[in-house]
Amino acid sequence: MYQFNYHQPQTIEEARSLYNKSEDGLYLAGGHTLIPSLRQRLSSPSDVIDLSSIAALTGIERQGGVLRIGALTTHDSVATSEAVLGHCSALATLASGIGDAQVRNRGTIGGSIANNDPAADYPAAILGLNATVHTDQRDIQGDNFFSGMFETSLWAGEMVVGISFPSVTAASYVKFPNPASRYATVGVMVARIDDGVRVAITGAASCVFRASAMEDALSSKLSENSLDNVAIDPDTLMSDIHASAEYRAHLCGVMARKAVAGL
Amino acid sequence: MTEQTIGQSVLRKEDMRFITGKGQYTDDINIRGQAYGYFVRSTVARAGIVNVDVSEAENAPGVIAVLTGRQLADDGLGTLPCGWLVLSKDGSGMKQPPHPVMAADAVNYAGEPVAIVVGESFQAAKDAAELVVVDYDEKSAVVDLATVQDADQLYDEVPGNISYDWELGDKDATFTAIDNAHHVTRLTLHNNRLIPNAVEPRAAVADFNPATEELTLYTTSQNPHVVRLIFTAFVGLAPEHKLRVVAPDVGGGFGSKIFVYSEETAVSWASRRLGIPIKWTAERSESFLADAHGRDHLTEAALAMDEEGNFLGLYVKTRANMGAYLSTFASSVPTYLYGTLLAGQYKTPSIYVEVEAAFTNTAPVDAYRGAGRPEASYLLERLVEIAAGEMNLSPAEIRRRNFITEFPYQTPVALEYDTGDYNASLTRALEMADWDGFANRKAEAELRGKKRGIGISCYIEACGIAPSQVAGALGAGVGLWESGEIRVNPTGSVTVLTGSHSHGQGHETTFAQLVSSRLGIPVEDVEVVHGDTGKLDFGMGTYGSRSLAVGGSALSRAADKIVTKGRKIAAHLMESTEDDIDFDDGEFRVRDSNLSKTFQEIAFAAYVPHNYPLDELEPGLAEKAFYDPGNFTFPSGAYVCEVEIDPDTGETEIVKFTAVDDFGNVINPMIVAGQVHGGLAQGIGQALLENCVYDDTGQLLTGSYMDYCMPRADDLPDFDVDTTVTPCTHNPIGAKGCGEAGAIGSPPAVINAITNAIGVRELDMPATPERVWRAIQEGGRS
Repeated sequence: MYQFNYHQPQTIEEARSLYNKSEDGLYLAGGHTLIPSLRQRLSSPSDVIDLSSIAALTGIERQGGVLRIGALTTHDSVATSEAVLGHCSALATLASGIGDAQVRNRGTIGGSIANNDPAADYPAAILGLNATVHTDQRDIQGDNFFSGMFETSLWAGEMVVGISFPSVTAASYVKFPNPASRYATVGVMVARIDDGVRVAITGAASCVFRASAMEDALSSKLSENSLDNVAIDPDTLMSDIHASAEYRAHLCGVMARKAVAGL
Repeated sequence: MTEQTIGQSVLRKEDMRFITGKGQYTDDINIRGQAYGYFVRSTVARAGIVNVDVSEAENAPGVIAVLTGRQLADDGLGTLPCGWLVLSKDGSGMKQPPHPVMAADAVNYAGEPVAIVVGESFQAAKDAAELVVVDYDEKSAVVDLATVQDADQLYDEVPGNISYDWELGDKDATFTAIDNAHHVTRLTLHNNRLIPNAVEPRAAVADFNPATEELTLYTTSQNPHVVRLIFTAFVGLAPEHKLRVVAPDVGGGFGSKIFVYSEETAVSWASRRLGIPIKWTAERSESFLADAHGRDHLTEAALAMDEEGNFLGLYVKTRANMGAYLSTFASSVPTYLYGTLLAGQYKTPSIYVEVEAAFTNTAPVDAYRGAGRPEASYLLERLVEIAAGEMNLSPAEIRRRNFITEFPYQTPVALEYDTGDYNASLTRALEMADWDGFANRKAEAELRGKKRGIGISCYIEACGIAPSQVAGALGAGVGLWESGEIRVNPTGSVTVLTGSHSHGQGHETTFAQLVSSRLGIPVEDVEVVHGDTGKLDFGMGTYGSRSLAVGGSALSRAADKIVTKGRKIAAHLMESTEDDIDFDDGEFRVRDSNLSKTFQEIAFAAYVPHNYPLDELEPGLAEKAFYDPGNFTFPSGAYVCEVEIDPDTGETEIVKFTAVDDFGNVINPMIVAGQVHGGLAQGIGQALLENCVYDDTGQLLTGSYMDYCMPRADDLPDFDVDTTVTPCTHNPIGAKGCGEAGAIGSPPAVINAITNAIGVRELDMPATPERVWRAIQEGGRS
């Protein structure tokens, strides 16, 4: 990696101040994308601002039917949290399927969604569970958070501090992992919230998306068979050496049916 | 009484240092004043080099020197040779374009070294490498193996990009058999390209001493003496007696560390030129780009049969990808290690094989665990499985009808099998796999919506390439014997030196068991030394599952010599004659008396020769042997794979895998089982997961673990392994070799199981979920 200045602030304010003073700074959360990028010299920030010592960014609490998870909470903490399991076990299932044990003990929910890898799991939870993303400057509705491949609606220097998940009636997440990376080739979150049904799909396209045709079909009847005549258009999906768009489109249907069956 | 340990699962002596981090790998070696090398690699697959501008890099902080391929050539260094001369059908030699240590005029694959930056730190060298400006005259790359003959010609001396067009067997008899057959089964397949991926990447620490003009190279090698020989005889780095090559602990090789590569050679040259020690350790990305890859065959074949399913003739036509240059043993892999194995376990009377070796703008391809034999086994066992279906015979029955049952057996493709019992292995494997219960298991799986399939593979391989005279006549550039030495210490413990090299195989234990049993001393009293040209006689190293059969046999001979001398000493001490001394279980006894001396007493007498026949015998007790085998050894086995496939996704789960191998006599069953497990993991990796992919411009798309899929523990089932035994008839141990078998026998078993499950005839490796799903869509049983 190239040389950079390393900082370990103790508060959100200190982190922001460091960011503002830096020429080309980057926040470091769990580092599972940033560190490999640095090592491969694909990224060359002037300053790396390590958020791991900021206590206010970590933790899980459930109050008044809302589950709030701090941005720096690790995947393992989410996967094993009683509060998460009590609120929405699909979220714990999703977290438990990210990477391997080493990844889950370092990787964070805030880092994952701020990075918005098209094959990451968490974006499906933000969209599918109708979450709200809290930053150090505002609240962003989950539906408005992801804007494209590795792109979000975060402003430069804006920091994700936490995510709130409203209560859900039922939810289920199923993914078909890429055999090499174990990222999602296709991951589908299906959730019933109040009277509506949400279906969010990650891995398949350049950015996580809600499958509105599936949502409509499942809103009229929440059963696997409702999806029989609903197809995802391969033209909207990615194609690479691991899976063609056509196969991904097929997997969207298979994973969605499995998710519905798991509700 | 010393415990007899042959056949016992003695725990590995080397494991304590490996599992506690006390191993000494090349990268652990640091020499005072050492600098660090980093390579500038070609970013394109094919180009002329117009200019290499190193001026900015040379002046970067911490940089000692920047050395280019041009400078290396100007220093008079030779090119990297291919050590096996293969002849084409017309008798002409293979076409071998020069393989430069570093490119000077042109680059021929992405990742090819162009220059080395030597810096005071790794970081300084790597930073400066980015400042080297290479001006490329880029040309379109030749990547597609199927169309190389119509593509741009890469080298002036290689028309059609074909290095050689080789044949073996009786063409007329084979074509006559096919023309007159009751039925001919035909098959076209691609044997997928693989990247070896040893846990330890390649590394080198080169230390030239300007005062003594001695060059020491510590490196990740499976055969340090061969590195030394090539450095001296072909590259011209240093005379052999001034060159020491040390391969310390090495973390896996799988063939990829047999070869003499650009980087280790360039680092040695740079150390000589600059007069300082230099270290280079590959980053994983470099391993993907520049380690020799494996396999990559396009093959069509035809198997002729009579009405009963008896094999009459086999025709095989293969195009093998050599990559950009002929690597150290590349030419032998798709020829003498492939075509000669096409008889398999079957008494096919006529076989004809022709092989074209093609150049492409990809990394060089050479031996990888199995080397030619997996390609032969995969082709043959896929063909036989399909033939069974077409002849309405069970997969076991068609094999049994054609098994060779009388030995020795001369195949139509040069080899003579000494021994084997193929029915025994197959019978045992079918029993362990509960073949008869498969129908019930399949029916039960159907209730769960899964497609269950079962497949057999009966492989043979040839190990311990030999004898040297025969290999030499076929084009081998080196001898294929092995050396072994036993030095008995005055107190009776022994130091064993072997020319074989252990990079995970457990030789320090297996060889200790062998020698301890031969000499009747405790295993703990035997220390095995290997991997250092400064310590031992010339040795050929480890590849082709040869270590025990060849290296172990040398040690067995050396032990015989120790005992012979010991009997003479014992006869003197006990006032008897040599002929009346028996040696058993560590004691020399005078026959028909109660007189005896222990091995330790004899050793002591040899070094403290106060009462010793000095007029007849030299003092000391150390013996060496060079063993050149009389023939190859022929391990064989029967594997049964059972899979379940999710028809919705195409995912394959291996639910049961049975491996029954005949390795001849086994010294350490635990180590042998471990070798089989590792081989199976790699074979299953090839069948289901691993695939090296280049794009049309010759850029490697699978250059990291994010895209190149290595098998993980959860991809694999528990393996059921067992052995049957027909001892090798021509070496003193009766052992055949076990290192590669798993990788040779398993791919066809897996694919046969999948095609059985989904009812398709053909399916290429790796059988990814998408491939299997598509196969089901396009004609599999629904």
